[in-house]
Amino acid sequence: MPAIDRNAVAIIPIEISLLAHPAQRRWYPLVFAIAALVLLPLSVLLLSWQAVDMQIWSHLLDTQMSRLLGNTLTLILGVGVGVSVLGVSLAWLTSLCEFPGRRWLDWALMLPFAIPAYVLAFVFVGLLDFAGPVQTLLREWFGPMRLPRVRSTGGVITVLVLVFYPYVYLLARNAFLAQGKGLMEAARVLGLSPLQAFWRVAMPMARPAIGAGVALALMETLADFGAVSVFNFDTFTTAIYKTWYGFFSLSSAAQLASLLLLAVMLVLYGERRARGAVRSSNERPRGKALYHLHGIKALAASSWCLLVFACAFVVPMLQLLVWFWQRGRFDLDERYAGLILHTLYLGGMAALITVCVALVLAFARRQAPTSGIRAGVGLANLGYALPGSVLAVSIMLAFSYLDNQVVVPLSSWLGGAGKPLLLGSLSALLLAYLVRFIAVAYGPLENSLGRIRPSLPEASRSLGVSGPRLFFKVYLPLLVPGALSAALLVFVDVLKEMPATLLMRPFGWDTLAVRVFEMTSEGEWSRASLPALTLVLVGLLPVIGLIRRSAQHPGQTR
Amino acid sequence: MLPRKHVLAALALTLFGTAAQAADEVVVYSSRIDELIKPVFDAYTKETGVKIKFITDKEAPLMQRIKAEGKNATADLLLTVDAGNLWQAEQMGILQPIKSDIIDKNIPAQYRASSHDWTGLSLRARTIAYSTDRVKPEELSTYEALADKNWEGRLCLRTAKKVYNQSLTATLIETHGEQKTEEIIKGWVNNLSTDVFSDDTALLQAINAGQCDVGIVNTYYYGRLHKENPKLAVKLFWPNQADRGVHVNLSGIGLTKYAPHPEAAKKLVEWMTGEHAQKIFAGVNQEFPANPAVAPSEEVAAWGTFKADTIPVEVAGKRQAEAIRLMDRAGWN
Repeated sequence: MPAIDRNAVAIIPIEISLLAHPAQRRWYPLVFAIAALVLLPLSVLLLSWQAVDMQIWSHLLDTQMSRLLGNTLTLILGVGVGVSVLGVSLAWLTSLCEFPGRRWLDWALMLPFAIPAYVLAFVFVGLLDFAGPVQTLLREWFGPMRLPRVRSTGGVITVLVLVFYPYVYLLARNAFLAQGKGLMEAARVLGLSPLQAFWRVAMPMARPAIGAGVALALMETLADFGAVSVFNFDTFTTAIYKTWYGFFSLSSAAQLASLLLLAVMLVLYGERRARGAVRSSNERPRGKALYHLHGIKALAASSWCLLVFACAFVVPMLQLLVWFWQRGRFDLDERYAGLILHTLYLGGMAALITVCVALVLAFARRQAPTSGIRAGVGLANLGYALPGSVLAVSIMLAFSYLDNQVVVPLSSWLGGAGKPLLLGSLSALLLAYLVRFIAVAYGPLENSLGRIRPSLPEASRSLGVSGPRLFFKVYLPLLVPGALSAALLVFVDVLKEMPATLLMRPFGWDTLAVRVFEMTSEGEWSRASLPALTLVLVGLLPVIGLIRRSAQHPGQTR
Repeated sequence: MLPRKHVLAALALTLFGTAAQAADEVVVYSSRIDELIKPVFDAYTKETGVKIKFITDKEAPLMQRIKAEGKNATADLLLTVDAGNLWQAEQMGILQPIKSDIIDKNIPAQYRASSHDWTGLSLRARTIAYSTDRVKPEELSTYEALADKNWEGRLCLRTAKKVYNQSLTATLIETHGEQKTEEIIKGWVNNLSTDVFSDDTALLQAINAGQCDVGIVNTYYYGRLHKENPKLAVKLFWPNQADRGVHVNLSGIGLTKYAPHPEAAKKLVEWMTGEHAQKIFAGVNQEFPANPAVAPSEEVAAWGTFKADTIPVEVAGKRQAEAIRLMDRAGWN
């Protein structure tokens, strides 16, 4: 397919050099400082290998490991296939076809992104399990019956696919839109059927975007604890928690976590390799649809999109509303104003900081793609892959080490109070969010930076615009869409984040996620509806903003 | 430029505002959730003027944080559920003894650490719940009997990852030894009617809906559900009344090793074992007060009286790891 290759090569920013130029070295301190921030908690994990508790390990290997690995692999496979099928098919339909309802389904299909996995899990089980309203009603109508088990491998895969498919949908949709229909039309003119055109032209070009989406979904799946525990589905991550909470062996838990991290690094490496040279293509506004679907095809397209939207969003929201009406509303008091404000403040601050830091990394990677910088950037992106709680406790340990070894002596020496400053402060929590979510912000920023052709800043320089002015006048305006989507993704992720918020929030800084945790930890799912519903509503606003923007500027989101 | 300075100072204070701690306050790390502790703390503040600051999280991260903070401690008290967790905190060396005649007088010795590192505040029984439609109470006798063949396909259990089940198993090991306990647990697993549940509430609802006939739950979960739905077709049964009694666990509190306000914290704990606090603390969660002089709430009293196992609750902690390994071997997930 020479046409595609030429297209791809034309837009790769060609700034490849192997030796670090003095101008490139300027980036080293900044990038390495950021990498060091992520390295701190990671080194806590590595240090855990100093002593190995043989009793725990031999027990795990003898009785647990084969089942855990089997479960985890099944889950990864199921979720991987599921999000790919759902994400790509929906993206294809909404970006290149025309059928009834496409206009609103286009953005509505993104809404499930605002629902945390643990919320969908308890809604799903509460609604569909034996004692839930659906089965109870069926029994009342038809008498005793045997239905498929809800808390099963299939159930947990379904739930995770429904919450994580938006990653693939969003990225694949932008890729399809960016390809433009000219390419498809050319493929058709050359004699390919629509299906062939999809498989042989559109898919290969969208593959990097789809791969990136699937990688994000799989990283979330591997790190997920909340949803799988509702199903009591044992994975590698639940084993990490059990080792810590049950055997009280944090070091063994950290050892397990570092193995998980290794697996994730392999996944990421594979994704990078598969992405290869094809980076991103230039964007074109969505013109008229390529395929106007009629009759049965249009009906099938509408129903497929509607079905996914209903299962992933409408039904869970209705169930939350019912619970809210039955139970949750009695808990509503003036404290919710504080909870919402804290949630918004933390999300907003974290988004701002994370985007700024990720921008530095993306620029460094572009201006100085030396092996040192690439390693530093790769390291800084690792925080996302760890189970939240393990990362949270590693960060907590790292901060308290700094507090005890640096801050307290320093402050006493300076005549201060000699008290710890980091742990329990807002800044520590924000740093924890930063470490966890750099990767989320980095993706879209790197992508939109990659779309700025090197000729543009070169031309500006030749016209005498350089330094800060070059950044503010040339780069920034072009980066705004990408930076906005990065900020919104981080914002929504911080809203949903639980373990670091729980462990490191300052006194009185309860958030909506904390309230969801408190209710679900007592098994009070119906009462968790109030904070969960509020959380989803707060998270919806940016998601709608995100998708509306990307509808106006296709291809610029991620 | 003064205003800007103020703004900067305020910002710095928000970002690094942990250091300032008043003398008349107590800081608590709690794995008991906000709504189950705030009423008690509010009552104390109202009575004495002492402010109480707290955060809630799971016990393992909280303990790790206390350990990490070391001598620069923030927390005065660790409030947690299950003796197993309190015993672990004691083993980690993050607690210190409270010497107090008031506590010794108010709380019976089996509900306190022998080291005085922690004391129980409220009690909950982990007992048998049964369907009033499909089970006659005469059919029930002991925890052990739930392993019998006639309960095959009729039993519901919660996940073995929950510390309450680990503690129950630990006391079984203490009573029967490892081999017999493993047989009992295998019998339970064999009798399961469906996969284990992630919480007691879902389990009780499953009995109510007819998915299974019996299960093992903490009393307060039953209390909450019964309050919401008085027509619940489930009742509590007190097993092992002819021998050692019902398995009882507790929610308790300990003073951290480097507590910044040890005196104020001690006063709070003493107050919490007294009548007023015990009524609120146990009442908000339908538990039994650990202070035997304080009567339980009406709802709790309606479940009837029972003989409780007098095994020291510390056993739950000592044998926790052993219990988890045994449950894993027996296939209780």
